[in-house]
Amino acid sequence: MTKKNIRVLAAKPGLDGHDRGIKVICYALRDAGMEVIYTGLRQTPEQIVQAAIEEDVDVIAMSVLSGAHDYLFPRVMKLLSQAGAHDVLVIGGGIIPEEDIPRLKEAGMKAIFGPGTPTSETVRFIQENVRR
Amino acid sequence: MYDAKRLKEIEEASAAWAKKTAELLERRPERDKTFQTLSEIPVGRCYTPLSQAGLDYLEDLGFPGSHPYTRGVQPTMYRGRFWTMRQYAGFASAEESNKRYKYLLKQGQTGLSVAFDLPTQIGYDSDHPLAQGEVGKVGVAIDSLMDMEALFDGIPLNRVSTSMTINAPAAVLLAMYVETAAKQGASPETLKGTIQNDILKEYAARGTYIFPPAPSMRIITDIFAFCSQYIPRWNTISISGYHIREAGSTAVQEVAFTLANGIAYVEAALRAGLKVDDFAPRLSFFFNAHMDFFEEIAKFRAARRLWARIMKERFGAKLPKSLMLRFHTQTAGCTLTAQQPQNNVMRVTLQALSAVLGGTQSLHTNSMDEAFSLPSEDAVQIALRTQQIIAFESGVPNTVDPLGGSFYVECLTDEIVQRAQTYLDQIDEQGGAVAAIEQGFIQKEIQESAYAYQRAVESGRQVVVGLNKFKQDEAPLRNFLRVEPAVKESQEAKLEQLKARRDNTAVRGALEKLKGCAQGTDNLMPPIMEAVKCYATLGEICDTLRAVFGEYTAVSTL
Repeated sequence: MTKKNIRVLAAKPGLDGHDRGIKVICYALRDAGMEVIYTGLRQTPEQIVQAAIEEDVDVIAMSVLSGAHDYLFPRVMKLLSQAGAHDVLVIGGGIIPEEDIPRLKEAGMKAIFGPGTPTSETVRFIQENVRR
Repeated sequence: MYDAKRLKEIEEASAAWAKKTAELLERRPERDKTFQTLSEIPVGRCYTPLSQAGLDYLEDLGFPGSHPYTRGVQPTMYRGRFWTMRQYAGFASAEESNKRYKYLLKQGQTGLSVAFDLPTQIGYDSDHPLAQGEVGKVGVAIDSLMDMEALFDGIPLNRVSTSMTINAPAAVLLAMYVETAAKQGASPETLKGTIQNDILKEYAARGTYIFPPAPSMRIITDIFAFCSQYIPRWNTISISGYHIREAGSTAVQEVAFTLANGIAYVEAALRAGLKVDDFAPRLSFFFNAHMDFFEEIAKFRAARRLWARIMKERFGAKLPKSLMLRFHTQTAGCTLTAQQPQNNVMRVTLQALSAVLGGTQSLHTNSMDEAFSLPSEDAVQIALRTQQIIAFESGVPNTVDPLGGSFYVECLTDEIVQRAQTYLDQIDEQGGAVAAIEQGFIQKEIQESAYAYQRAVESGRQVVVGLNKFKQDEAPLRNFLRVEPAVKESQEAKLEQLKARRDNTAVRGALEKLKGCAQGTDNLMPPIMEAVKCYATLGEICDTLRAVFGEYTAVSTL
């Protein structure tokens, strides 16, 4: 019996329209054999959490380049926890200042990938840390 | 350009040279088997008169300021006046941004360029639930005419030209600008500047759309009509390849998709009953200056030639100004690295030089810290100085189109013209740019190029210095410009005060009128002007239009 593929929700929370990075991530994760659902732009934290639960994903990968990560990422984490979805691996990327990372990790995010990160590193991180 | 006898001699000499070189290659192979530009156009070893034997100087190049404008839109170019040095700026509150503009003008900047925050760009007031976390972050928050007045306080709008990166709600921000100027005593016909107003690339690459394509195109053509009558020196649109390139396209795709969008706007305006020579002179463009130096120069030249021919042959434009592709350039944000950020100064220098050699009308040079945050004052000063050094020290601006006639650059220019034309034909077959976007064609082309580039970087085939070669350990950079969450609170307080103080009956009346106009076919600008004047907020005006026009839902391309 083959193992089920890793399912990932790729999400763009907030109003930011920069989707080059998240789309590249979608391609790379698919090439690595994962199932990827992309939310499209302008998702509220509520919509993201709902989609994650409905789609029964193992991973949420969020991207924000507008600086609104400091509000949006912790908000997603709070809603996830309220929904009891503790097993989902949540990672983020975009323009995230180094000094913000500890706070995002405290909120439960497992990794933040900054500009210039090879997609192979993100793929490896998911493979090694996903809980299923 | 050479007589047949001489060409024959060159051909013979070329064959002999190729033979000799082939022998040399046995002992000393080249760095690679093949070479190509960033757009994957093959690059030959050496270009000669043979490479451009088909070039017709008068037909394909012409003189600067004459058809097809390949060499530039003015006869004297930078010998007359340098390009406008225009740094894109704006963050936090209107008061804070006003200080940055005054600083930039004092440093010798010659035009303003306003960055709005995302809620403003998407037509939400700062107190809207979807504005949470976004207020003042990527630009300045403008909720009403009151903020616009503060933004330009003490800046004489009859003397400075202002570019505003605003698209879906461009009509509202333009109305606020005109009214702010009027309060300073500057009449609309004296105003110079640009609104981006390019919704098609928002659907395809940038994401700040509000309304569906049909009403969006109506707003745009209403702006064309209004400005041609009342604000004749205003650039009514900046048809932008910049964001298409940032989203991952190649240089060829950038030219093709931008001009395809341009064609769609011209067609929409003609359908709305406007005459081509009434609005075409005020169309302007915006391109990216990326890393492949010669390809970028060729791209700018190719775009001018293509547009001139499209306007003349396809649309029958007569006025020379209708044929001229005038453009702003910004250096490529996506080429900036977070690793060894000082290297970005060199990247920006090369990109800026390509824009100047390509004949840009205005230029924004990125700051070295923009892979991390909005630029600090020190970083933006170096970026502006980079332009000033090119202008005042390099000697480059002293002759027009110095690379005109370069065997290589002319070949690349031709190649980009041809490859972009192939895309344009393909988009025409799909029913034009709007249909191509609705089918997801343009988005897919862009995202596939983005992924191809990423794979090239990760395989090491594409070297990025400091990122995948010549790496070094470095301490994370600190002390970025940060926008405090307090901006949201102060914007909310201002909104509350405004709504208590203004004549709310007048606001309701103006919004009712706007609604009626939106349901009909009259020009939307006069009722928008009226609503702005009585301090209706951006969100109230956009909500009124949302109720009539509905909202755009993006097509899924993944």
